[in-house]
Amino acid sequence: MRLGALPPDPRDIYSQMKGGSAPFGKEDEMYSFDFEKPSSIADAVAALGAEDAQALGGGQTLIPTLKQRLAAPSVLVSLSGIAEMRGVCVEDDGALVIGGATPHAIVAAEAAGSYPALAALAGQIGDPAVRNRGTIGGSVANNDPAACYPAGVLGSGATIVTNTRQVAADDFFEGMFATVLEEGEIITSVRFPVPQAASYQKFLQPASRFALVGVYVARFADGVRVAVTGASEDGVFRWTEAEAALNKEFRPDALTGLSINPANMIADLHGSKAYRAHLVSVMTKRAVMASL
Amino acid sequence: MPKDSGIGASSKRREDVRFLTGAGNYTDDINVAGQAYVYFLRSDIAHGRITGLDTSAAEAMPGVVKVFTGKDFEGVGGMPCGWEVTDKHGAPMQEPAHPILAQGKVRHVGDPIAAVVADSLEQARDAAEAIDLEIEELPAVIDMKAAAQEGAVLVHDDLKNNICYDWQLGETDDAKVNEVFAGAAHVTTLDLVNNRLVANPMEPRVAVGEYKRGTDEYTLYTTSQNPHVIRLLMCAFVLGLPEHKVRVVAPDVGGGFGTKIFHYAEEAFCTFAAKACNRPVKWTSSRSEAFMSDAHGRDHVSTIELALDADNNFIGLRTNTYANLGAYLSTFSSSVPTWLHGTLMAGNYKTPVVQVNVRAMFTNTVPVDAYRGAGRPEATFQLERVVDKAARELGVDPIALRRQNFITQFPYDTPVALTYDTGDYNGTMDKLEAAADLAGFAARRAASEAKGKLRGLGINCYIEACGIAPSNIVGMLGARAGLYDAATVRVNATGSISVMVGAHSHGQGHETAFPQVVADMIGIDESMVEIVHGDTSKIPFGMGTYGSRSLAVCGSAMVKATEKVIDKAKKIAAHLLEASEADIELKDGQFSVAGTDKSVAWGDVTLTAYVPHNFPLEVEPGLEETAFYDPANFTFPSGAYACEVELDPETGQVTIEAFTAADDFGNIVNPMIVDGQVHGGIGQGIGQALLENCAYDENGQLLSASFMDYAMPRADDVPFYGVDHSSQTPCTHNPLGVKGCGEAGAIGSPPAVVNAVLDAMNSGGKAVDHIDMPVSPSRVWAAMNS
Ligand SMILES: Cc1cc2nc3c(=O)[nH]c(=O)nc-3n(C[C@H](O)[C@H](O)[C@H](O)COP(=O)(O)OP(=O)(O)OC[C@H]3O[C@@H](n4cnc5c(N)ncnc54)[C@H](O)[C@@H]3O)c2cc1C
Repeated sequence: MRLGALPPDPRDIYSQMKGGSAPFGKEDEMYSFDFEKPSSIADAVAALGAEDAQALGGGQTLIPTLKQRLAAPSVLVSLSGIAEMRGVCVEDDGALVIGGATPHAIVAAEAAGSYPALAALAGQIGDPAVRNRGTIGGSVANNDPAACYPAGVLGSGATIVTNTRQVAADDFFEGMFATVLEEGEIITSVRFPVPQAASYQKFLQPASRFALVGVYVARFADGVRVAVTGASEDGVFRWTEAEAALNKEFRPDALTGLSINPANMIADLHGSKAYRAHLVSVMTKRAVMASL
Repeated sequence: MPKDSGIGASSKRREDVRFLTGAGNYTDDINVAGQAYVYFLRSDIAHGRITGLDTSAAEAMPGVVKVFTGKDFEGVGGMPCGWEVTDKHGAPMQEPAHPILAQGKVRHVGDPIAAVVADSLEQARDAAEAIDLEIEELPAVIDMKAAAQEGAVLVHDDLKNNICYDWQLGETDDAKVNEVFAGAAHVTTLDLVNNRLVANPMEPRVAVGEYKRGTDEYTLYTTSQNPHVIRLLMCAFVLGLPEHKVRVVAPDVGGGFGTKIFHYAEEAFCTFAAKACNRPVKWTSSRSEAFMSDAHGRDHVSTIELALDADNNFIGLRTNTYANLGAYLSTFSSSVPTWLHGTLMAGNYKTPVVQVNVRAMFTNTVPVDAYRGAGRPEATFQLERVVDKAARELGVDPIALRRQNFITQFPYDTPVALTYDTGDYNGTMDKLEAAADLAGFAARRAASEAKGKLRGLGINCYIEACGIAPSNIVGMLGARAGLYDAATVRVNATGSISVMVGAHSHGQGHETAFPQVVADMIGIDESMVEIVHGDTSKIPFGMGTYGSRSLAVCGSAMVKATEKVIDKAKKIAAHLLEASEADIELKDGQFSVAGTDKSVAWGDVTLTAYVPHNFPLEVEPGLEETAFYDPANFTFPSGAYACEVELDPETGQVTIEAFTAADDFGNIVNPMIVDGQVHGGIGQGIGQALLENCAYDENGQLLSASFMDYAMPRADDVPFYGVDHSSQTPCTHNPLGVKGCGEAGAIGSPPAVVNAVLDAMNSGGKAVDHIDMPVSPSRVWAAMNS
């Protein structure tokens, strides 16, 4: 596969300028750990074999966790120097393949032509700083119940490619913050079949601006997929009733009367179960409308 | 023609060059040779008794200098409260001890229990984890009304209950108030919450304590809005140190919003520990720590009742408020729900009978104190919401109802202890109606409805009291401090000027605006004048910056000192010009003899002052004067605001489409800076109205303990503001005729936003008469679907 050009790593630029280490917040707040930055998947896998080793993608989730001393890895293995894991390309069968260490900003820019809905999803994640560091592999591996990529991956019926296997999205996510990934297994790329039409509709949680509810609708020749993030206590899920209705008729009205059971929805400061269930319907309709 | 320099000019903010190019010097930029770092072990439960605290393992950890606990502070004072409120029965407020480190009990999540000083922060934190702490968890009291119940869990075992005071202002005769309400043609009642906020200045708090053994001198570098106040409180009440041996420096401060007024335990700790460890000690708050240790703001629960006669005249107003003080009394906490809130309850209206009742409660939460507006936003929100509700109930135009009840004669004595000197509320409302194009609202509403959105218009007025004063009155009301300010104008030999001011600039633009005044008075270029502030060793004295007081109070001291300088310079000029002092005029930096062409330049006079070869013998050499200024009254800015929102009825999402502010700030020194102050204030008001919510669960755990859950307003949450301050009734009792503009935006905007949201909901056929802040999408949706 052909990968896009590697963007420079700001940390490297900073160290060159300063002749020292980069100011990642206050490193002295974390437990100490070793740091490795291999340049091949094989070396990364080897480094991750060490006890309590952990992969580091863009660090947008992991670094705050370390600063709060909620994790104590012995060694962090950065995936950002692995050229074969960075970039976006379109394969001969039309599938879009994104390297596991590709930052969201690259996807937003480089997938805009080939898979606009997914590029738009990537472009709505966090802020520019987050998008230039956070990676698809980190996001999918982390499976935050309010994250955007899981909806795009599940909604597209993508395939998660790791150093050892290929897993269909339907089999990959196992509830909040849980996936089938084994210890030391890394997501090297994600392959997306490109639908005829798709849209991601994200309703912002006002503080974090993650998804309070996000719905990804993708219409393929062989059927419609609807994936919902932000809403459920079980993490990202497919709304199969909506898919069935939309398979009959791909119009917002097809969803009229359909609603999701609030029982399993998340309730927090930002919205009740009932509100989230309501938003799932609204966002699904809007995604269908935007895909027409 | 707008002026291009001096008073009235929009001079560019000179301080922004360093702020925007990373050349500022903030407290965290200060590192003293040999400094150690402190990490505070804080309570992670809301209420508990410390049954075991063993620091021996921590003390043995690498790099540890010393571990402190409450025991180390048994001999020193606690954190003082600067205002004693007297309750309605004449008794002083209940004032619990507020130790630097917990003594026996923890009372809120974040209460500091122990402090580890070590060579590095990492080592301090590692050692803190080795402290063996046992806490017996006690039930926490979080809800204010529950805290007031007989038999409620006591936050402080040595107090008789959780009520700090039960305070009243205005009409003391309940029967008379009842009579007014009984005789009313209409009564509007409203229950509302003024949501708890976390100020979240961009720069978290920092303190660096230094002690010089050779001279027995202390220096505290701290993120403060008022370094002299910190020195006074810390020396006199907490550590018992001689003031002349203590220097407090507040260098560039990255935003305060009130939360950096107060004297905090960490400041006293670093000063104390610097001597105890014989090493400088530095503390830098993390953002998470700020959420649980910076004083919070607001947090009132109120019932307000408005009585109207058959002609819709306001005839009576009664409020009953519970105010949350948190677990301890922060420095000025007690004054906020009382003298800064009750006194504003008359608003812009000539309601003859007003009664304000406030019960202030201790709860197992972070202490609550002044936050931009401090008490005045809470008053304005209640009043402007109840007036709006009354207009809806009566089916009258909310602007007409307000105009009908406006105070129009000044000076005006309110029933709640203030005398408004000037104002023109109708004139300001006229400006608003034009600036906000209220006539075009119907068309804009139709356009929104065509897109499937609801559109609402919210109006409100505000009056606020700035530059709290005079000292003799506030002293009678319980203030334990004076509220004057001071300035020294030091003219250098070559004519440039350093002005040492007691006001502290932490974003307000003093470094630009203050020189405009001095330069204008003398007729020299602004660039010849520089402000010096934030260092007790450099400035005469200062009560600092809060309550929109800097220009009105400290600026007045600066004017007085400049007048003294000019008087003396005229004596010197008269000598040089061989004329009588009475004939000397100063214009454009030239002293001249009236009616002649004889003149001498400012620079020649200043040089003569320091090279006094040809000098009047009766005059001292040098040219430097100091003035202290104690205002005769508060200043009373006022305004009228309009907010237009669009509401998505499917999701409950509210967006602010337009926001217009018409303010009367009296005379204005720098219109651009005033615009900026109003923009920032409105931004924070919109934050409170739509987004910000500091929430605790029933066990006292902070639910919004980070930016993941505490929603700060971002650039795209706020519109481009329309600001009009052409309505100007100058303050009658300070030399500049200025009123203060720092808090107005935060005071005036929340009710405008909420009124607009309610207008939108009602226009959609949903009869909703109130919604609590923050007006989040989920709350709007719930209100529309209830
Ligand atoms: C302010 C802010 C706002 C954000 N807003 C959003 C938002 O709106 N929507 C959204 O979806 N996300 C949001 N995020 C999350 C962000 O987009 C990142 O995608 C996410 O934090 C994880 O990606 P990362 O590359 O930073 O992973 P890291 O933080 O480096 O790692 C996260 C976890 O994944 C593991 N990991 C990393 N890479 C791989 C890999 N290739 N294979 C296997 N395991 C791996 C790590 O070991 C770790 O356990 C936000 C983050 C921040 C800080």
